[in-house]
Amino acid sequence: MHAKVADKIATGILYVVAFLFITLLVSLFSYILFQGVPYISLDFLTSPSSTVQAGGGIRDQLFNSFYILFITMIITVPLGVCGGIYMAEYAKPGKVTNAIRTCIEMLASLPSIVVGMFGLLIFVNTTGWGYTIIGGALALTIFNIPVMVRVSEDAVRSVPQDQKEASLALGITKWHTIKTVILPAAFPGILTGAILASGRIFGEAAALLFTAGLSTPNLDYGNWNPFSASSPLNIFRPAETLAVHIWAVNTNGIMPDVQEIAAGSSAVLVLSVLLFNIIARVTGKRIQKKLTASK
Amino acid sequence: MESVASTAKDRLIKSTKRKNHGESSGKVIVTLAALIIIAATLSMTIFLSIKGMQAFIINGVNPIEFLTSTEWNPTGENPEFGAFPFIFGSLAVTLMAALIAGPLGIGGAIFMTEIAPSWGRKILQPIIELLVGIPSVVYGFIALTIIVPFIRDYSSGTGYSLLAGIIVLAVMILPTITTISTDAIAAIPNHLRDGSYALGATRWQTIWKVLLPSVMPSLWTAIILGMARAFGEALAVQMVIGNVRDLPGSIFDPSATLTSIITLNMGHTTYGSIENNTLWSMGLILLLISLLFILIIRFLSARRKI
Amino acid sequence: MRKKMKLLLTAVLVVMSLGVLAACNSESEANNSEKANEKETSGSLTISGSSAMQPLIAAAAEEFMSQHPEANIQVNAGGSGTGLSEVSEGAVDIGNSDVFAEEKEGIPADELVDHKVAVVGMAPVVHPDTGVTDITKEDLIKVFTGEIKNWSELGGADQKIILVNRPDSSGTRATFVEFGLDGAVPAEGVTEDSSNTVKKIVAETPGAIGYLAFSYLSDDTVAALSVNGVKANDKNVQSGEYPIWAYQHSYTKGEPKGLAKEFLDFLASDTIQEGLLTDQGYIAATKMEVKRDAEGNQSKK
Repeated sequence: MHAKVADKIATGILYVVAFLFITLLVSLFSYILFQGVPYISLDFLTSPSSTVQAGGGIRDQLFNSFYILFITMIITVPLGVCGGIYMAEYAKPGKVTNAIRTCIEMLASLPSIVVGMFGLLIFVNTTGWGYTIIGGALALTIFNIPVMVRVSEDAVRSVPQDQKEASLALGITKWHTIKTVILPAAFPGILTGAILASGRIFGEAAALLFTAGLSTPNLDYGNWNPFSASSPLNIFRPAETLAVHIWAVNTNGIMPDVQEIAAGSSAVLVLSVLLFNIIARVTGKRIQKKLTASK
Repeated sequence: MESVASTAKDRLIKSTKRKNHGESSGKVIVTLAALIIIAATLSMTIFLSIKGMQAFIINGVNPIEFLTSTEWNPTGENPEFGAFPFIFGSLAVTLMAALIAGPLGIGGAIFMTEIAPSWGRKILQPIIELLVGIPSVVYGFIALTIIVPFIRDYSSGTGYSLLAGIIVLAVMILPTITTISTDAIAAIPNHLRDGSYALGATRWQTIWKVLLPSVMPSLWTAIILGMARAFGEALAVQMVIGNVRDLPGSIFDPSATLTSIITLNMGHTTYGSIENNTLWSMGLILLLISLLFILIIRFLSARRKI
Repeated sequence: MRKKMKLLLTAVLVVMSLGVLAACNSESEANNSEKANEKETSGSLTISGSSAMQPLIAAAAEEFMSQHPEANIQVNAGGSGTGLSEVSEGAVDIGNSDVFAEEKEGIPADELVDHKVAVVGMAPVVHPDTGVTDITKEDLIKVFTGEIKNWSELGGADQKIILVNRPDSSGTRATFVEFGLDGAVPAEGVTEDSSNTVKKIVAETPGAIGYLAFSYLSDDTVAALSVNGVKANDKNVQSGEYPIWAYQHSYTKGEPKGLAKEFLDFLASDTIQEGLLTDQGYIAATKMEVKRDAEGNQSKK
């Protein structure tokens, strides 16, 4: 009897927690959208930004955000997944592995401003590149790596032991087991982790401020030659991302429509993350279907 | 699970020809990646340590005074560099934010996995993932518009307070804690649940006595990572905490954190100046305190398992 | 999976090699442009520094680039300290600062050439309901040092005074303390760096007082105070009657050449000084009737 009462009470509390949770999240989310969506228009999305007059758009910032995310992911995902596999499968438990793990976790807790300043000294000044997309992507890599390693390691570890043992028992080598059995099974977990990590990259401002800069050159979207200075694909050009734009507009912007631009940009940012998540989910399901041949 | 195994078999049969070929190169690739990560981490740590020590070695700031003094006045006639109030502020907001977000996040995770796995997860998961993408500036501005005036109305102060910082951080780390906890709880094999129910345990007994203890280390990890994010967060906290160099007397008093002071002053100071170097020292302290956190929690979770 | 790995690796390698190529490419471009500069306006210019100046310089750069499509000017922010450090290290062509280079520790000020682009006036601003519109300098100092704690002591509403400061290293703070408070050290209060945030705090917190550049006073959400009966406006700054103002500096390492010189000339031209600059709430440096040196001594021009 006592246990049943406790069960009811606990369930009730959990419902309250979940309700609180949903209210908090939904209200936060709708607040941003209600504030911002009215300002989103095709014109807002497709016109370049303006520093003084009202009516500037966010075309370049939006592109830059996606492009920096893409470049960062190209660097981080292979590194992070391989690192995660190493930690889960190859690293021998012991002091050294523990030290590495501690190091990686510490990296995750660095404030983005410190990463930004590190990036400024190394990727901007020492290399002589100046403010560039690649510098920004490398800075983002620094705090994205711990997350990716952690996520991949957990995903690899959570693959049931019997699957792994079955494969090894068949005389399949370790690396082959990893490739054919473990990675496919761990893929959904890795994908979720990558999505979460991208979300953080998308919203990151402090680190990019010092590495990718606050300006975007005049871009010619017809120019697909990545070596040309006016090509959007050039990774050696400065790029202001959407999150940095929101920061810059909010803090020092003097155009008359600061509030509108900031609210609109925030909503676009959240919606982009939404879109990105949906795409990742759909492709994730497809890939899993393909890999597991389940109907 | 069945299907995974069967197709894995197909793939294995198809590809056995070259199975030994990739073995060593696979190991090399993975080890190389790990080495790159370790090298990056170490160089960053070493770089921060060197930068962070400069204030003490080159500029002659007394490290003990730096850690314990409450006087921070870098631009006065006799500059004083006591960072204790900021260290205290950072620790206070982080711990209290974790105190709020930890139970809430884990509660949400249990709800999503055990109480209402079908609809709960479907609704909550996407929203949580989206929340991660909200830039901290936006969190800061929402807090500035809603939380600060609210606290101002219900306390004697200005509203810019430790409490405002704690609330913002709690909301910001909630997604991190919830996602990791959810993944951990969902990954518990079903036979643990079935076994517990078969013994006549109620749902709550199963959760409390069987499931939670078995994922405790992962839940601690969720909280550490959440705290790590809170500890390093700068822009949002900086907007609401007031950035005052005095020690707060209560949670309604303004305060400052290491990150907020770094953010406010980093751009204004010139490379190599004492003030700039002390900011890097604060970065180093941030690193060391996170290390301490990690070690404490390692210790705790190791004990839990026994 | 193996194929995928290979693909990924190849992709990474391709991107990296593209990067190296692009780096080489951009270097050679830069070399070419240096030669070309003597004839026509082209090439690229990197500017960094004061966040407060960024919108102004970026807007001017936009206008300059629309006149000279071959020129590429990047305007970044990061703070005055960063700008000064970077320009003295040669990492950028122009470093913007809202304080004299001499005032910052560790900057070889003698190697840098100062171009005073604009003048910015700063006013003490209060929440509109405080009921005070004019303040003597003595009272202003007392307010900021915490001696006067309530607006009623100055004949205003019965509201506690809440200070909104800038961080220790901020140029705005340095200017306000030196010329508004005669060097008195402000008491502790809410500290915020960005002007828009300071404005928001002052506008929303009853009894709050802070200080803002004139360019942020375009609406009436906050009220600017007159100091010693002198209104905080452009005219009084130009004549030297109103004391709280500062130069906005653009520093170059050595005398500017090529595109940097052309751009700085453009900034000093009447198009910018009387157009853009004035529109943004700055005061034209060319219109000043007084001048000031790095020690803060003011004299007739």
